[in-house]
Amino acid sequence: MAADSELTPTKYIDHHLTHMTVQVSEGAFWTLHIDTLVTSILLGFLGIGFVWLVVRKATPGVPSRRQAFVELMIEFIDNEVKNTFHGNRHVFVAPTALTIFVWVILMNTMDIMPIDITAWVTENVFGLHYWKIVPTTDVNTTFALALSIWFLMIFFSVKVKGLGGWMHELFCTPFGKNPLLWILNLLFNFIEYVSKPLSHSLRLFGNIYAGEIIFLLLGMWAATGVAGAFFGAILGAGWAIFHILIVTLQAFIFMMLAVVYISMAHESH
Amino acid sequence: MNINFTLISQALAFSTFIWFTVKFVWPPLLKAIEERQKTIADGLAAGERGKHELELASQRSSEILKEAKQQAAEIIQQAEKRASEIVEESKKTAKEEGGRIISGAKAEIDHEIFSAKEALRQHAAELAIAGASKILRREVDAKAHADLLATIEEDLK
Repeated sequence: MAADSELTPTKYIDHHLTHMTVQVSEGAFWTLHIDTLVTSILLGFLGIGFVWLVVRKATPGVPSRRQAFVELMIEFIDNEVKNTFHGNRHVFVAPTALTIFVWVILMNTMDIMPIDITAWVTENVFGLHYWKIVPTTDVNTTFALALSIWFLMIFFSVKVKGLGGWMHELFCTPFGKNPLLWILNLLFNFIEYVSKPLSHSLRLFGNIYAGEIIFLLLGMWAATGVAGAFFGAILGAGWAIFHILIVTLQAFIFMMLAVVYISMAHESH
Repeated sequence: MNINFTLISQALAFSTFIWFTVKFVWPPLLKAIEERQKTIADGLAAGERGKHELELASQRSSEILKEAKQQAAEIIQQAEKRASEIVEESKKTAKEEGGRIISGAKAEIDHEIFSAKEALRQHAAELAIAGASKILRREVDAKAHADLLATIEEDLK
């Protein structure tokens, strides 16, 4: 919690939802959410690094427990990709799916961390007044991921079908080749291309952000007294347990959508 | 909740992580898994082959067993035949031997009988001559009647 002399609910929530920022250059755009960036990169190193360390010593013989765990995860993801993507998935799509899953699930999992304890630690141990530890409650993160996938989608569309093929798809699907329908097709595709990254990123952001807000509300309730602390703790525990499901599910959905979008870019209509 | 430079930084981080996974994480594990799959497949194939070989071997062993049984039966048959032959032969030999022994004994008996008869005759002739000599002691001139005595002796023989 903040070391403010007077703590109101507004201040409490506001404090927890404020990013630590660094101004890179002039202008509102050139702000950097350093907390989001550092936490997410640390988590990425942690997750991908763990997988890498295990995989580096992977044996084709009897696997160790850690290797078996990593293999289980990777085979699960590989199976999902195999069912969706018809092509050589090992070159790019499957490793990308693995990256997304590992990274997003770790970033989401930060949501389960007790918010006020982590806030206390970042404030009193590291001396950081504002530090949001859940990178996926920052739209910048989810948009960054979704837009990267979006660009990959367009890249693969052009790469597989050629620029002409992609243009043909934009103008001639889904309604037909008739020139009268070109505008309609283009409009439809435009909406699709806009809605894909929006829904992709906002679904993840919304779920995790909502989870964060509920934790904050429960934390506020806990501040009201003994009864509030009691029920706040019980409900907080319940919500955290339920959140394990949401965290995993959202990471999985995000990964699957990325795979589906990239696969669709590979298939011509 | 405002879009800013964080987005670009995160996108850069994301692409770096993807690059790292594509380059360093995915291939070794895929290799390990594929190698293991190959090992398992090889093992299964070897097992299948072993099973097949076992089948062949058991078939061969039963064939050999059958053959051996047949051979043993033949050998026994031959041995029995040989044994009966030997028995027959020895019977024959024994018979011959017996015949020979019997005929030898017969010849000896004949010889014995003959010599006994001879001895008896000799004895009887001597007795007759001795008796006749006693009776004729005086009147008989041994010298004069020597021819006669010889004739009697000759007759008695």
